[in-house]
Amino acid sequence: RRLSAHICKELEQFVDFLDLRTNLLRKMEINVVEAEKRTGKNTVNMQETYTVYLIETRPAETVPEGGTPATPDTLWRRYSEFELLRTYLLVTYPYIVIPPLPEKRVSDAYLEGKVKNLYKFKFVWHKLSADNLDPDFVERRRGGLENFLLRVASHSVLSNDEIFFHFLTEGWRERVLETGFQDKADSRLKSLSAMFRVKNPDKRFTALKHYCDELNTVISQLLRVRARVADRLYGVYKVHGNYGRVFSEWSAIEKEMGDGLQSAGHHMDTYAASIDDILEEEEHYADQLKEYLFYTDAVRSVCRKHELIQYELEMAAQDLTHKKQQKEELATGTVRVFSLKGMTSKLFGQESQEQRESRLAALEQSIQEGEEAVKEKNTECQEFVRTAWEDIERFKEQKDKDLREALISYAIMQISMCKKGIQVWSNAKECFNKM
Amino acid sequence: MLHFSSLIHHSLRKTRVVSDDAGCVCGGSSLNRSSIDGGKQLHHHQHQSISSLSVAFPTEVALTNGTPMETLSPASASSLFNRLQLDDDLEADGRDLYASMETRDLFVTVDDPKKHVSTMETYITYRVSTKTSRIEFDLPEYCVRRRYQDFDWLRIKLEDSQPTHLIPPLPEKFVMKGVVDRFSEEFVETRMKALDKFLKRVADHPVLSFNPHLNAFLTAKDLNKRQGLALLTKVGESVKHVAGGYKLRARPAEFCAMGEYLDTFSLKLGTIDRIAQRIIKEQSEYLTELREYGTVYSSWAGSEQELRRPLEGVAACVTTCCGALEELSDNMSQDFLPVLREYVLYVESMKNVLRKRDQSQAEYEGRLEAAVLRKQEDRTPIPMEVEKCQDKMECFNADLKADWERWQSNKRQDFKQLLTGMADKNINYYEKCQAAWESLITLLQDRQTEDKTSETN
Repeated sequence: RRLSAHICKELEQFVDFLDLRTNLLRKMEINVVEAEKRTGKNTVNMQETYTVYLIETRPAETVPEGGTPATPDTLWRRYSEFELLRTYLLVTYPYIVIPPLPEKRVSDAYLEGKVKNLYKFKFVWHKLSADNLDPDFVERRRGGLENFLLRVASHSVLSNDEIFFHFLTEGWRERVLETGFQDKADSRLKSLSAMFRVKNPDKRFTALKHYCDELNTVISQLLRVRARVADRLYGVYKVHGNYGRVFSEWSAIEKEMGDGLQSAGHHMDTYAASIDDILEEEEHYADQLKEYLFYTDAVRSVCRKHELIQYELEMAAQDLTHKKQQKEELATGTVRVFSLKGMTSKLFGQESQEQRESRLAALEQSIQEGEEAVKEKNTECQEFVRTAWEDIERFKEQKDKDLREALISYAIMQISMCKKGIQVWSNAKECFNKM
Repeated sequence: MLHFSSLIHHSLRKTRVVSDDAGCVCGGSSLNRSSIDGGKQLHHHQHQSISSLSVAFPTEVALTNGTPMETLSPASASSLFNRLQLDDDLEADGRDLYASMETRDLFVTVDDPKKHVSTMETYITYRVSTKTSRIEFDLPEYCVRRRYQDFDWLRIKLEDSQPTHLIPPLPEKFVMKGVVDRFSEEFVETRMKALDKFLKRVADHPVLSFNPHLNAFLTAKDLNKRQGLALLTKVGESVKHVAGGYKLRARPAEFCAMGEYLDTFSLKLGTIDRIAQRIIKEQSEYLTELREYGTVYSSWAGSEQELRRPLEGVAACVTTCCGALEELSDNMSQDFLPVLREYVLYVESMKNVLRKRDQSQAEYEGRLEAAVLRKQEDRTPIPMEVEKCQDKMECFNADLKADWERWQSNKRQDFKQLLTGMADKNINYYEKCQAAWESLITLLQDRQTEDKTSETN
């Protein structure tokens, strides 16, 4: 991947060295800092409200003592632009596991959960606004978008992409459309949705696909159950708040016991209120899991692309074999394979020697082209397998590391929750002892 | 001062006359009344001081072992009472019944449940052990087996023979056959604890513990229940009927306050019961989801290599937390709720006693009014009956006030214990969970450093 000269110049402003393999993050700080609502006319000239996100970038240089960091460059992007960027990356680097974007819209399951809880009059963890403008949703999305950018910027291959660079710094629309990736995107979509069968599937890719299917299923399940667990835990904590009220009422009719009961009641209120923060924190863990859920789609996409190339290779090889056979038949005069020409010549008489020779020549040409095609396709396939597998190994390592860290931070959250519980109940116990 | 107090306590016991009818508990001869009103004053003082003495002893009082002080006459005893009465410096703690442990000389325990199967019925018996130094008992130790029916008999006898006193409640008699298993370990355990509590409360009561029925209950090989039961319930009922005919005019403020307190208190108990039940329910639903949560981690571990051990670790952690939660919920069901419910029964018992007191006052006032009218008409003097009624009422009031104080004190101790117990169980639960997650982190982080060192090598 070579960068054009003017891009190099721009990069020079940010880099001390021109090692093109160094990932972008070492040169540049990237943050998605804010979200804002905008209204405007859409493509069908209708008013719509949407959210834009502020991207801040600044050179990652050390700030001298007492100095202020350089003011960042900023620009606003909306979700659909991120989508466009991702599609561009998918098409341009089909052998790379492209980092996923956060959810486009509030999922049906999320909505369903909220509505159900409304009618059950049970304790509801999910708060009650249900659209893409829901502030919690927007905030989580902001974090997800920032994460996406950081993942791309830290990838050894993707970070060097000039379109990505422009996405972060200035007008990129024209440039990305210039690449003509849209056409590739369309044909890619078509081919990916087509049904085809590969004769000799690569065992590694088959295993990988299978693994991704399993991972996708299990993470989906985990997210669902975790949400139910959170709802139930919410209920347990909130009911304890009722103790607060009844202890307070009871303390009114007591003499010696009154103070102890009253203060204990306050601690019960604290206990009940503490669950909100606890569960809010846990959502971060859910987001980490969700990212990998979406990652399975990205990996499957690479597998499918490989399958397609493999299929094309097989088709090309098959086509070549077919043509060679035809040539042989033509040369030897034997008809092993049915052909219309063969039939018609049988019916309407043999063709002339000239005709035969011109046909033979055309076939020779075709065979040569076919051989070239097969060779090319083979190289493409091998190259794809090599680069794809390199990225897949990288992805696996990243996944193991990230998920292990996610589990550790989850455990830390649980410990913090336990400590809070011990604190509150110890305080309550002290109050009871003073009764 | 302390020495005298303990001697007085002891001598009181010697002069105490325990009667079977609905009369006063103090020895009648020690009363010195010239007129109804004057005597009432003294009588009140004596009763108050007797009762408050039995709860007001500081813990340092040593048990005097059988030094008879017959030389201490009732008259000088009463002057001592009055002197003690002036001593208002009673520490709050001094009023705790349990603080006066060293003055106790009757210890009872209910344990060792056993199932008995006969052709007619199946039932459970409990071992009732007694240790005592009281002279009312022939031996210092006893061991008998009793079933719930026997406890019920005892309670009825106590109620009938000591109607002016609050009798502690028994656990529920009837249980729905289909719903609760009467022979399950949990049920028997819960019931046994309640019976133990009942008996201990009776044994700690300065008046009830001297009741001959209690003595029989604790010592007799076979309780001869049938005869006494039938007779006394009839007598008891007739007493109730007679008293029921009179209407109460004005209840003294302190008894009104008691009634109001009990009404509000039982409401609050009911609310707490419902909250606890709701918590148990929510915890149970949480537990169900949590269990499934753990299994998902286990199944995920199956498709991973590097992450297999960490994920299995998480699954194991979640399972540990499930176990701890189950324990917490079970404890709430088996220890917390039954004690709470028993207090509801206790409140009902107390309300009953208040009602009986009201009746006793009503009867006295009714008879007095009738007698006064007759005196006005034909100079008939006020009959002895009326005086007896007054006595009865005054005894009742005094006993009730004493029992009320004791009940309040016990209630405070019991709830302190109950609620700190609940807090303890919750703390335990969180401690267990915390330990599980902390050991998981160690596991997860060890692997990390392992990997890191192998990377650098």
